[in-house]
Amino acid sequence: MTKKMTGAQIFMECLKREGVKHIFGYPGGVVLDIYDELTRQPDIHHILVRHEQAAAHAADGYARASGKVGVALVTSGPGATNTVTGIASAYMDSIPIVVFTGQVPTALIGNDAFQEVDIVGITRPCTKHNYLVKDINRLAYTIHEAFHIARSGRPGPVLVDLPKDVIQASTVPKFPEEIKIKSYNPTYHANPRQVKRALEMILSAKKPVLYTGGGIILSNAAEELTEFARALQIPVTSTLMGLGGFPGDDPRWMGMLGMHGTYCANMAVANADVLIAVGARFDDRVTGKLSEFAPHAKIVHIDIDPSSISKNVVVDVPIVGDCRDALTQLNELLKDKPHRDMTTVWGQWLDTVEDWEKKHPLTYTWSDTTIKPQYVVEKLWELTKGEAYITTEVGQNQMWAAQFYKFKYPRRLMTSGGLGAMGYGFPAAMGVQMAKPDAIVIDIAGDGSIQMNIQEMITVVENNLPVKVAILNNSFLGMVRQWQQLFYERRYSATPMVAPDFVKLAEAYGAVGLMATRPEEVEPVIKEALNTPRPVIMDFRVEPEECVMPMVPAGKATTEMLLA
Amino acid sequence: MEPRHTISVWVENIPGVLSRVTGLFSGRGFNIESLCVAETMDPEVSRITLVTSGDEQIIEQIIKQLRKLINTIRVVDLSELDHVEREMALVTIKAEDKSRAEVLRIADIFRCRVVDVSPSTYTLEITGNHEKLEAVLGLLKLHGILDVVRSGALAIQRSKKE
Repeated sequence: MTKKMTGAQIFMECLKREGVKHIFGYPGGVVLDIYDELTRQPDIHHILVRHEQAAAHAADGYARASGKVGVALVTSGPGATNTVTGIASAYMDSIPIVVFTGQVPTALIGNDAFQEVDIVGITRPCTKHNYLVKDINRLAYTIHEAFHIARSGRPGPVLVDLPKDVIQASTVPKFPEEIKIKSYNPTYHANPRQVKRALEMILSAKKPVLYTGGGIILSNAAEELTEFARALQIPVTSTLMGLGGFPGDDPRWMGMLGMHGTYCANMAVANADVLIAVGARFDDRVTGKLSEFAPHAKIVHIDIDPSSISKNVVVDVPIVGDCRDALTQLNELLKDKPHRDMTTVWGQWLDTVEDWEKKHPLTYTWSDTTIKPQYVVEKLWELTKGEAYITTEVGQNQMWAAQFYKFKYPRRLMTSGGLGAMGYGFPAAMGVQMAKPDAIVIDIAGDGSIQMNIQEMITVVENNLPVKVAILNNSFLGMVRQWQQLFYERRYSATPMVAPDFVKLAEAYGAVGLMATRPEEVEPVIKEALNTPRPVIMDFRVEPEECVMPMVPAGKATTEMLLA
Repeated sequence: MEPRHTISVWVENIPGVLSRVTGLFSGRGFNIESLCVAETMDPEVSRITLVTSGDEQIIEQIIKQLRKLINTIRVVDLSELDHVEREMALVTIKAEDKSRAEVLRIADIFRCRVVDVSPSTYTLEITGNHEKLEAVLGLLKLHGILDVVRSGALAIQRSKKE
């Protein structure tokens, strides 16, 4: 290309070259030229959110469901700061998004100009990398570099700050064919010698456990993981972020581990002699009291980020690399070994694990008169055959979704795992629905967290996105109340909460509102919602003081679970 | 006291990189005892020498986190290697009548240079490793230090001797 292009035109050309079809955004003064250019871009669909936080979460949901990079576009100042929660959430969960923020003209930067904020400074600790583009001749390269960094290695959010004069300037752009960064070369290929050592350690184990995380989903390694686990019949547990990486209906599946993990998974990890951590990072919600986490186990840790390895626990066999690469190598090595029936070799261990499973399965007390929130999630699972795309808010709704929706496939659960940002689920569902127009997308929400981004109801109505919201309405900020109930002698400080009439609210937005107050109404409401090709809010009035169980009290060992 | 480590970090010489490095330390609760930054022979690369302390696991994390920064080219823990380390201080000392000769004697013993003189003061340039600077400043304190400015540590790996 030898034609002169404006910054706004270069921006659009770069998005197209990156294969971007959808962007979530909100206009403003300094990005007027980009929005003007948008009118001449039939191939790029812009979804106008109602709050910039939602743009970042929607881009995140889009990225998780599609495996592509999600894109958000906002203006300077408040537009930019409103995205910070969404960026921080994507950072904690390693989700590839690129957020473009407008900036005041370069001549005004540092002058406390109208709607000026140092967003590069603000987001430095919560982005994988970020840029302020000061020269239009760097624009094309920087945008492509941003996408490259977001999606490669351990993925993450990247922010690109675009001053108004750079967007308005013109140049003959050079679009790079390939991005090469001298100082950035993630290791994908796991060291074969380390992989071999790991396999030897695993095969010499008596009580092995696979502990998997979001890395399985991000590296598309679910198939390889399943092949490996089934070949050796190793019991599998996963973090919240890893759910769906191994089929939830497999006999070797133990359920999630950690604070609200299953008795079986936590007991298995506590008694394991070899723990194989794949794409997980030993988060405090998983380990509980660190000194008593997997105390008898030798640890194999596969992760693409070297800084995740030996950060919290000392690892015996560290393997830096892509989870899929490492698991593929392990599977290859296994093929060369004589076949052994591991159910015999590890029979005793597998029996013990099964006993734990039978002793305290995930359960709840049925009620004929009030709706149990777990029952709602179970019914959602049953009526969608476990095939829906589920997003969650944060708190009890999130944990019940994780426990009772038995995810069979990867990329079906989108949840703010690391940051725990309430208000994530609904805009994320919007992003998922954009990526998967024909899929059933359900946001499992609480009456508290749905209100954090409820304004997006109008966005889904406007864009005909048939997102379903299942509110487990207990008139409390349930998870905080649960802690007050258990550890603060039921002093419910600031957790009882009056909610609006969600049915009327849905109708006011032009969506459909349904309500269930009794257990027998749950199924008909879900069926009606699933048969409605429009956005629906389902308001389930559930047992107000139900708790998420099991629960490991904060700072305790994961074997010290409260069970009911 | 946890062991001191002197770490060399080669970074791209572009705006904002230093704040990425220091932000990483403050954000993760790591300690920076001193810091020196300047361009290398390649104007596109800067070299940071930083002194920090921590147990083995913390130092390992610091190095890994530094390597994780996109603009970081290379990180070396010089404390693991045979290296030479120097700091510098400029000190203005009260030096009147009786003490004037004594201050000069101290300067001479520690090979300091006098860089400024007034009827009642000397300003000395002291270079050496951390311990030497501490020793000299300890002695000069007895005569009354009026002003002092210290650099962070610079360090370089020793060449192979064979």
